[in-house]
Amino acid sequence: MDAILYQAFNGLSLGSILLLVSLGLALAFGLMRVINMAHGEFIMIGAYVAFLFQQTLAPVLGGVEPGIWFILAIPAAFIVAAALGALMEVTMIRHLYGRPLDTLLATWGVGLILQQAARSIFGAPNVNVSSPVWLSGGFDIGAGLLLPYKRVFIIALVSLVVIAVYLYLYRTVSGRRLRAVMQNREMASCLGVRSRWVDASTFALGTGLAGVAGVALTQLGSIGPALGTFYIVDAFMVVVLGGVGRLPGTILAAILIGVTNTLLELGTTATVGKVLVLLLIIAFLQWKPSGLATLQTR
Amino acid sequence: MNKRGITSYLLPFLQWLPFVLLIGALLLAPQFLEPFRLNQLGKFLTYAIIAIGLDLIWGYGGMMSLGQGLFFGLGAYGFAMYLKLQASGGKLPDFMFWSGLEALPWFWVPFQNPIVAIVAALVVPALIAGLLGYLVFRSRVQGVYFSIITQALTLLTSIWFIGQQAYTGGTNGITNLGSAKIFGYSLLSPEAQTGFYLATVVCLVLVYLVATQITTSRFGRMLVALRDNEARVRFLGYNPVMLKMLIFVVSALFAALAGILFVPQVGIISPSSMGVVPSIEMVIWVAIGGRGTLFGAVVGALVVSYARSFFSEAYPDIWQYFLGLLFVVSVLFFKSGIVGTLLTGFNRLRVMLSGEPLEMSEHGLSYYRTTDRETPTPATPLLEKASSAAEGGS
Repeated sequence: MDAILYQAFNGLSLGSILLLVSLGLALAFGLMRVINMAHGEFIMIGAYVAFLFQQTLAPVLGGVEPGIWFILAIPAAFIVAAALGALMEVTMIRHLYGRPLDTLLATWGVGLILQQAARSIFGAPNVNVSSPVWLSGGFDIGAGLLLPYKRVFIIALVSLVVIAVYLYLYRTVSGRRLRAVMQNREMASCLGVRSRWVDASTFALGTGLAGVAGVALTQLGSIGPALGTFYIVDAFMVVVLGGVGRLPGTILAAILIGVTNTLLELGTTATVGKVLVLLLIIAFLQWKPSGLATLQTR
Repeated sequence: MNKRGITSYLLPFLQWLPFVLLIGALLLAPQFLEPFRLNQLGKFLTYAIIAIGLDLIWGYGGMMSLGQGLFFGLGAYGFAMYLKLQASGGKLPDFMFWSGLEALPWFWVPFQNPIVAIVAALVVPALIAGLLGYLVFRSRVQGVYFSIITQALTLLTSIWFIGQQAYTGGTNGITNLGSAKIFGYSLLSPEAQTGFYLATVVCLVLVYLVATQITTSRFGRMLVALRDNEARVRFLGYNPVMLKMLIFVVSALFAALAGILFVPQVGIISPSSMGVVPSIEMVIWVAIGGRGTLFGAVVGALVVSYARSFFSEAYPDIWQYFLGLLFVVSVLFFKSGIVGTLLTGFNRLRVMLSGEPLEMSEHGLSYYRTTDRETPTPATPLLEKASSAAEGGS
């Protein structure tokens, strides 16, 4: 029982990372029908930003332990990844508007280039990012179970980000414009919303969130140029399962996939667990083809 | 009619002449190429077989399958299992021995028979494609969703194969097939290798003819119609599920056939040849060659493979950048691919020479649209739209 609880907790933290990654994918797909195969590489970029901060800023800001560099790395990774995402949207994605399959190919190409660039700059072997001292250890919840602070921190970070995204979508003017374009692009444009601008900023927001996910991932293991490829397919599955354009669907799907994945690992091996999750998703689509939550469009 | 120039009589002949010359050259290649180059060409020709299948489903059907690597791999594994048992000469294959197995697993036993092995290598991928296709197309999964689901299946299967060390050889795959014997010849002997090369050429020609037959038939036209406007096809009363499933199965069969021909010539099959990365590179062959033209698929597979072997031997790093750029450029600036571009030029030339109005040839019909018909807003059936509007929607 304890083991199951512990796995469920691990699943929750995996699910929250997936959520961070797939939020951007789901927004971009809901808005532009674009699947960004290079999305995983923005996770990798965020992780390397954290690595760079550790190498350069940590000695200046009181060493690795206090972790000021780590806190700073979170917004920095967001900004770097978002800037690169905006660049990608402006130079490439918008010229492929209305051609989702072509976008898939082109973004895969960008992903290859980014991976190779990381390999050229940082070297092919994985690197480690150490943890601030306040992230080591964990909550003792009795019965010999320890909830690592790292995972708790990730869950808290993701909760904060999701609340921020919620507030952005539903409480700000630009969020309202975003939802308007998602529901009916032509009508929104007629009413004066600059839909191109909305596209670019949403895409940048999504890649920025992936960058933040990358910083979070540095606390769970070593990072390398191919870091993104391990999470991207699961993130796609979240988008497929969660439906498009609705925050609750994505949240539910990410948590479900994260928890199911880790729980099934308990009984079987990791890969059999993943295969089962995929089969469950395909079975679910038989019942609800458009995912958990769908956006009413007009 | 009397306006037709002499060129219009020559055209049918001119159209077939390159094919005849090409097949002749391919059949004579063993006389001229050294064994290494012949082997390489044979390998690339199996890629061309995959590309034709992928072109059918993507170039004509508009469904980008990222599962072709999986079907290719399953076909290859099927035949490799036979070769491995042959090479082991009645003993337990070496990797099973290393993993501590004591007896041949039950599902390996039938693969001692070559016929069973080949049939299984074709039927298993076809069954998987059929089942997946039925479920996925029935729930109207389209476009990018289909790509993602096939990609996930490919990824999981390749990870699974890596995990099952004792049964599949794990990361290394099935290797050391050299001592297998085919019709009394050692697998590595020039006779056997030339034989497999010629078999590949014959299969490629057959596959090409079958694919041409498909694309010029009613079935092929339905396929193009589905690609360009699936909703309209539905409204006209056709059920696209079986059609899409069938073309998915055909493309899986071609990929599996390519896998069967690949293994004896390359001598190894491992999960890295069947994963996500090879699957998406197969797509770029078709994109570079020209989607919606079967000949383009063949050309694309050969051109990209030769470019790869040329660049990656000399500069592996640069090849990665180049491959990435290839994806971007082919989509942004080179939509109709090599053969598509040539055909457009050829058509213009024909118009200039004969003064005929530009008529769409069978190739013209099947050109891949440069804009997908998928509209930015999800297409809701009209009735649903009307009713939600009546209720005031949410």
